[in-house]
Amino acid sequence: MEKFSVFAPKLVTKKENFAPGHRACVGCAEALAVRLSMKALGRNVIVVNATGCMEVVSSPLPHTSWFVPWIHTLFENAGAVSSGIESGLKATVRKGKRQPQKISVVAMGGDGATSDIGLQAISGALERGHDFLYICLDNEAYMNTGIQRSSATPYGASTTTAPAGKQSIGQITWKKDMPSIAAAHNIPYVATACPSYPFDLMDKVKKGAHMPGPAYVHILSVCPTGWRVSPDLAIKIGRLAVETGVFPLYEVENGNYRMTLDMQELRPVKDYLKLQGRFRHLSEETVNEIQQRVRHDYAKLKEKIECTQKRKS
Amino acid sequence: MTQRVGIEVSRAVAIAAKLANVDVVAAYPITPQTHIVEDLSEMVASGELDASYIPVESEHSAMSCCLGSASVGARTFTATASQGLELMHEVLYVASSMRFPIVMAVANRALSAPISIWGDHSDVMSVRDTGWIQIFVANGQEAFDNILCAFRIGEDRAVLLPVMIHLDGFQLTHVIEPIYLEEEDKVEKFLPPNDYPIPLDPDNPVSMGAFGPPEIYSEIKKAQDVALTSSKSVILKSWKEFGDAFGRYYSPLQCYRCDNAKVLLLAMGSFSETAMSAIDAMREDGHKVGLIKLTLWRPFPFAEIRDAVKDAEVVVVFDRALSFGGPGGPVCSEIRSALYDLEKRPKVIGFVGGLGGRVVSAAGFREIIEQGTKIAREGTEQEYEMFGVRE
Amino acid sequence: MTESEKKPTWRDIEIGAIIKEPGSAMQYKTGDWRTQRPTYYHERCIKCGLCSIFCPEGCIKQTEEGYFEADLDYCKGCGICARECWTKAINMVEED
Repeated sequence: MEKFSVFAPKLVTKKENFAPGHRACVGCAEALAVRLSMKALGRNVIVVNATGCMEVVSSPLPHTSWFVPWIHTLFENAGAVSSGIESGLKATVRKGKRQPQKISVVAMGGDGATSDIGLQAISGALERGHDFLYICLDNEAYMNTGIQRSSATPYGASTTTAPAGKQSIGQITWKKDMPSIAAAHNIPYVATACPSYPFDLMDKVKKGAHMPGPAYVHILSVCPTGWRVSPDLAIKIGRLAVETGVFPLYEVENGNYRMTLDMQELRPVKDYLKLQGRFRHLSEETVNEIQQRVRHDYAKLKEKIECTQKRKS
Repeated sequence: MTQRVGIEVSRAVAIAAKLANVDVVAAYPITPQTHIVEDLSEMVASGELDASYIPVESEHSAMSCCLGSASVGARTFTATASQGLELMHEVLYVASSMRFPIVMAVANRALSAPISIWGDHSDVMSVRDTGWIQIFVANGQEAFDNILCAFRIGEDRAVLLPVMIHLDGFQLTHVIEPIYLEEEDKVEKFLPPNDYPIPLDPDNPVSMGAFGPPEIYSEIKKAQDVALTSSKSVILKSWKEFGDAFGRYYSPLQCYRCDNAKVLLLAMGSFSETAMSAIDAMREDGHKVGLIKLTLWRPFPFAEIRDAVKDAEVVVVFDRALSFGGPGGPVCSEIRSALYDLEKRPKVIGFVGGLGGRVVSAAGFREIIEQGTKIAREGTEQEYEMFGVRE
Repeated sequence: MTESEKKPTWRDIEIGAIIKEPGSAMQYKTGDWRTQRPTYYHERCIKCGLCSIFCPEGCIKQTEEGYFEADLDYCKGCGICARECWTKAINMVEED
């Protein structure tokens, strides 16, 4: 079994389960996230894709980038379709209509499909305890339809439906904490990941797929087009998101919090913000506001981790 | 030995699904369908039915679960009504265009607002164009029988389309009727196991639901329409097989006392049986009237309709749904359209009634036929007539 | 469309418009999207393979000598490999 946390790229399978030729933008870290996830998952999976960037770029008739069975239906129902597939497989195997076979059911949806329009279906699927993995590919806006805001858009970011202007700083609400919402369903496994830490991402996806019951992995996917950055910077910016504490990497296993990468000292948030065109309009005051909030949220997360450690000792 | 029992029609529908040995039931409760899904979950809990029952959190998710389940080749069943049918509206189009053989019982109920739990056909009429095979049943036996036929039809490799069985909310779902409940082994003989041709499977990976650019979309839609239209031959064949196995035969429409009838009433669902009493009474008084009871709604039976009305002078169509600001009765407008190009065609008069659970008695139907005949003779300013509304 | 010049008729469509050929997107060469292209200093390359991990297209392959190079049929020229390479063994140059 491949152990991805060993930092050895050459040990990772060379097999591509997500074919090039897809129509993703130049430098798209979401496509990279999918590619890496598929390496971790192998080919004994059924992928359920919500409408969004990855679905569109990977399946323009008559082409598909998928080497695994794949289904896309609508925008908000990846959680429900996965539930149906999981139950259908279980029932047909139990009734002897199908050979038993280890098949992972993996749903993939963007931040729009996950924390907005599809929230209900995911909540239902998590509550019912279906054995599946939900991967949220978070590029922090409805990128596929033209960079419109979602509830995952960070405070102060400019999007086409919450643009920066004289009367507005852009997004006036703070990013919805979707991993916490998933964890509140008391599911066995919740994790955050970023393709800038590829081995960690692959480890977490694999762990989530093999964990019995529902699992949720939230992947920060840098979008050069929507975040207004140069296409070669996606990995660097993802790394900065983690190093500044904007997007901490952690796991929640049966309610127990564990930090993946504990930053002894967080880098200043402006190192992250200044590289992105969507934050270009921010005043020093707003940047400070963001800095306060990031520190506050990071401290809250560390509290949860300490609670876990106390409970275990 | 096949039992004939007095049983609530909802329960008979659930039993039919059980006899069909469904694999997955994904449903959300809504009056007046609740007894169907409650019974099915009881059967699963007791072990009487080996199926996965998914207690979904909404009808949109119910139908979405059905998509998933059907995509891996599981025999899939659900039921809904009214607002639930509306909530799953976009998913219905996906079920038919992606060719998933899902069977759904619809307990026809009025649409909000105002909220009404009682029966009419407004929910059905809003899903006319969704690409599903749609069958109306008029009594409990028809409901039981057609649920079984629905699986046979939908899962046929030449069809692969989802099927709706429409039964009147409360007026059918909650009445007790004498129904022959067939035996499991006889049903098993009639209904082969679901053999979906290309289910999702790592051994043969396919991509379902790719996006269709303008260069290909029209061709895909034409293929879908051809599939629905040509499913009629499989529907007729399945009904024949059912009749041969169980002794009850179904057809796209039934003509009741239509020989030498000058005026025909056309109705769907359980009210058509009430209308039969009106026909009997009027015949006794010497009026040459008859009834067309429409069973197959989609694919629309153009040939059978044209043939049934060819000797009539007037066809009075009774709708239990209202198309606001339009032609009034949706069924009436489809009948008119089906007959328009004929050299010789009857006058078509539309009545809308029975909305939101309002009952129409046999005497009421007599009035409708008489009024319709009068309008055919004298003409009218209105596009359609509303029956039973207090002016 | 596919290699055939003829466009499919409604009869040619698979049931439910499914795509039966896995990975058929490889027929579409995204290489012509590029405005810049990776070039390699082999003497600096330590053959770690990190560039191939970070490529969003998954088009960086190991050559017979063990170096990692982008398949120019698919390389979109994003420059992530050049930026992430530890030893600066990759340099992006403008496409002619």
